[in-house]
Amino acid sequence: MVPVLLILIPLLTGLGLFWVKSDSAARTLAFMASLASLCIMLAALTVWDSPKYLAYDHVWLGILNSRFHFALDGMSKLLCLLTVFCFPLIIYSTWNNKYPDSNRFHALLMLSQAGLLGVFLSMDALLFYFFWELALIPLYFLCSRWGGEKRIQVTIKFFLYTFLGSLFMLIGMIMLYNKAGGSFAYADFLKLKMAPGEEFGIFLMLMLAFAIKMPLFPFHTWQPDTYETAPTGVTMVLSAIMAKMGVFGLLRWLAPVVPSATYQYGDNIATLAVIGMLYASFIAIQQNDLKRLVAYSSIAHIGLMILAVFAPSYGGIQGVMIQMFSHGINILGMWVVINAIENKFGTRKISDLGGIAQQSPSLTLFTVIIVLANIAMPLTNAFVGEFMMFNGVLGSAATKFGVAYTVAGGLTIILGAVYSLRMVQNVFYGPTNQLTAKATDISLNVQVVLAIIVVGILLMGIYPKPMLALTEDLSHLILNRMNLK
Amino acid sequence: MNAIIFSAVFGVLLMFSSFLFQNKSTQRNIAIVAIVLLLLANFAEQFGIWRIQVNNHGMLHFSSFGLLFNSIAIGITGLYFLLSGKDIEAIDSGSPADYYALIFFILCGVAVSSAYNSLLMLFIGIEIISIPLYILTGSDKRNLKSNEAALKYFLMGSFSTGIMLMGITLIYGAKATFNIDQITEMVHPGREAWFNAGLLLLLISLAFKVSAAPFHFWTPDVYDGAPTVFTSFMATIVKAAVFVAFIRLYATVFSASKYDWRLILSIIVAATLFIGNITAIFQQSVKRMLAYSSIAQAGFMLFALYAYNGISKEGLILYTFGYSVATVGIFAVLGRMKDYTFEGFNGLARTQPILAATTSIFLLSLAGIPLTIGFFSKYYMLAAAVKNGGHLWLVFFAILCAVVSVYYYFRVIQSMYFKTGDADTPFVTPLFKWTLVAMAAIVILLGLFPNLLLQYLYF
Repeated sequence: MVPVLLILIPLLTGLGLFWVKSDSAARTLAFMASLASLCIMLAALTVWDSPKYLAYDHVWLGILNSRFHFALDGMSKLLCLLTVFCFPLIIYSTWNNKYPDSNRFHALLMLSQAGLLGVFLSMDALLFYFFWELALIPLYFLCSRWGGEKRIQVTIKFFLYTFLGSLFMLIGMIMLYNKAGGSFAYADFLKLKMAPGEEFGIFLMLMLAFAIKMPLFPFHTWQPDTYETAPTGVTMVLSAIMAKMGVFGLLRWLAPVVPSATYQYGDNIATLAVIGMLYASFIAIQQNDLKRLVAYSSIAHIGLMILAVFAPSYGGIQGVMIQMFSHGINILGMWVVINAIENKFGTRKISDLGGIAQQSPSLTLFTVIIVLANIAMPLTNAFVGEFMMFNGVLGSAATKFGVAYTVAGGLTIILGAVYSLRMVQNVFYGPTNQLTAKATDISLNVQVVLAIIVVGILLMGIYPKPMLALTEDLSHLILNRMNLK
Repeated sequence: MNAIIFSAVFGVLLMFSSFLFQNKSTQRNIAIVAIVLLLLANFAEQFGIWRIQVNNHGMLHFSSFGLLFNSIAIGITGLYFLLSGKDIEAIDSGSPADYYALIFFILCGVAVSSAYNSLLMLFIGIEIISIPLYILTGSDKRNLKSNEAALKYFLMGSFSTGIMLMGITLIYGAKATFNIDQITEMVHPGREAWFNAGLLLLLISLAFKVSAAPFHFWTPDVYDGAPTVFTSFMATIVKAAVFVAFIRLYATVFSASKYDWRLILSIIVAATLFIGNITAIFQQSVKRMLAYSSIAQAGFMLFALYAYNGISKEGLILYTFGYSVATVGIFAVLGRMKDYTFEGFNGLARTQPILAATTSIFLLSLAGIPLTIGFFSKYYMLAAAVKNGGHLWLVFFAILCAVVSVYYYFRVIQSMYFKTGDADTPFVTPLFKWTLVAMAAIVILLGLFPNLLLQYLYF
């Protein structure tokens, strides 16, 4: 019942909002609906926490033996919580952004939420593919309609890229379906035993889709452009939640389903991930546009998660799980800050800004905490995840290059500190210029959102145990399938 | 049998109705009533309620597949009448009743070619389809492009008919029968070469009719030159009907040959996909783009033959339905536009939101995005090919082409929604809008539950 509610609330709200003419009413309705989803998710974590409420299974296509099978297991809980936690914050923090046809903007935003939740909840491969594509369509319209300069070209590139990956994934899923004796059920996929050659083909096809979505170097070329031109509210969805679809795909549909290929070819992917981390960090240092800087830093952070998946150990996988959540809210915080700066000063260029701290102390305080979380300082949530991942990679029994990966990856933490702190220094400190001299402090809604995010960062940094407990079973399952226990 | 007889009778009736009723809208209403009756008659046969018994000496064979396809073809023609009746009347030469009559004759040919059990019936079916089409192509008598298209279509079409007849002759020489069941059973050692040569000629002529590469050269010119309203009919129902005839032939006669036709077919599929998709990118006119996209879609439908199995048969029904509904819808909107270029669509979302929204749904369906019937059509085609194993390269090639097709389909969406302009369409009636909305609803409903259509295959 919970999964159905989680998908239907944003879906129906989204469809309904197309007929709401008033912009402010549409915004309020979207906000209420996202809060309702959050409440349901919180209830699912507490009072409704029993299989009776958390799963839904019904015949969909009898001919194909595909079912409407949604379930909330530990990882779905984590990512659904991330989704329903982020959406109210996204809508509230962009409350004062002016969008023409704001009702349609919020309608499409709600539809994308439905799609994303569907991806995290599906336990049937065809259903998963369905939602995987559906989440993309509203985002395509959002980016092309409300984006910045060159939005149409950039968005079609993004769409074609991800669509290509998805179709390869579809073929992979069809092959798995045939291998599993005509069943799309996730439980049947977990029972598969295939020859290494067969696994390798399927591995490549699924991996391509996930690699493009996350993105993994060298499939990342769509990402900085898209993050830059998309309206900031949508960039939040893309980076905080949609990038996690790829990592989620690795942990749900790749590693446990084709374990021996994941084990065998893990080093290749892990090496690409490390190259991507270093490459993205070096480029981030050069950026003058705040959005591009965060976009590249996101490639580096996701790269670490990919590394930990392909050089697996129990601690590392657990680290990925919690880091998916942490990275989601940290990067959301970064975008909220950038959105506030852009709304106030009309520019995102680091060279045009400076000395904001004198006029906006609260924004500065929040930003510094979020940036520290981004570079994994102890006591912040990212420290927990990144430490566990590095520790896991170093001790992984699956790879011979654990030490090399850890050293190279550790270097990106230092590089991350370089670009993040330089950004803070140049934007918030130093002398003010004409533009920033008359600045005032941020509005209440941004303060509230940032405060919530900062509290989340610190809470998770100090006491991560409840989150980690959610995914213990799944991490064991993945390692069992790879014979790494 | 019902569909064949009734469509012929209605065709004749409509031909004479132009003497009795001069009013154009009366003629349209008669045509709509006739198509509804025809649909009911075919339903009666499909569900085993009532049918006209005629001894056809084993030349026709009515299967659930063929009858379901007849229903689809007749139903879509009905929608087409509702959408495009006004456009048929707008063609200034001749009375619309003549055109309706020709369309009913085409439906008669469709019904024959979905039920043939003898190569002669196949030939007659295809010809009954083709000859009215030559007339419809040239119906805009004062337009040079229309004349050129009709002549070109007629010359090329009769050429391919000749090839088909030659093929049938060779097969008769090899097997001494036209009957499909007997061809599959009979073995005449030493005449395998005649048989295979005949099959090759048949393959070429049918590939011509479905505009598969490298026999597609007539398509863009004919589709572009013909009045838009008839292009829509030609590119959908007619093409689908030939595919239905083709798959039956492939499943029976071709399988009697020892030669493995899959290699030739895979080359045709790859060439069709490649030429259709790549050329469509460079078009400036939406109408020409749709002509090339129809070649590309034919490439996907050929997958049903290439990977012939139970899945692909279901897939072909779904594909023909989804493709026809979407294409008829897009052409109906296109017919109302003043400017057929991509720029002509700029800003349509602001002036005609319903037209833009439904057209987008049709385009998404053609591109194969989930939640539209187009996704399941492509899914079935790919799944059939993957299940058979073997030439996986063709599947990957098809995927690449599908991605390319997104590019040009989405160009129309970009024009409508993201570019500013003042595209407008004169005389859009509520009926037109609601028909489009109903068709979009069908596209989405079957995109969620394709078994609503497929279950009828098994009655």
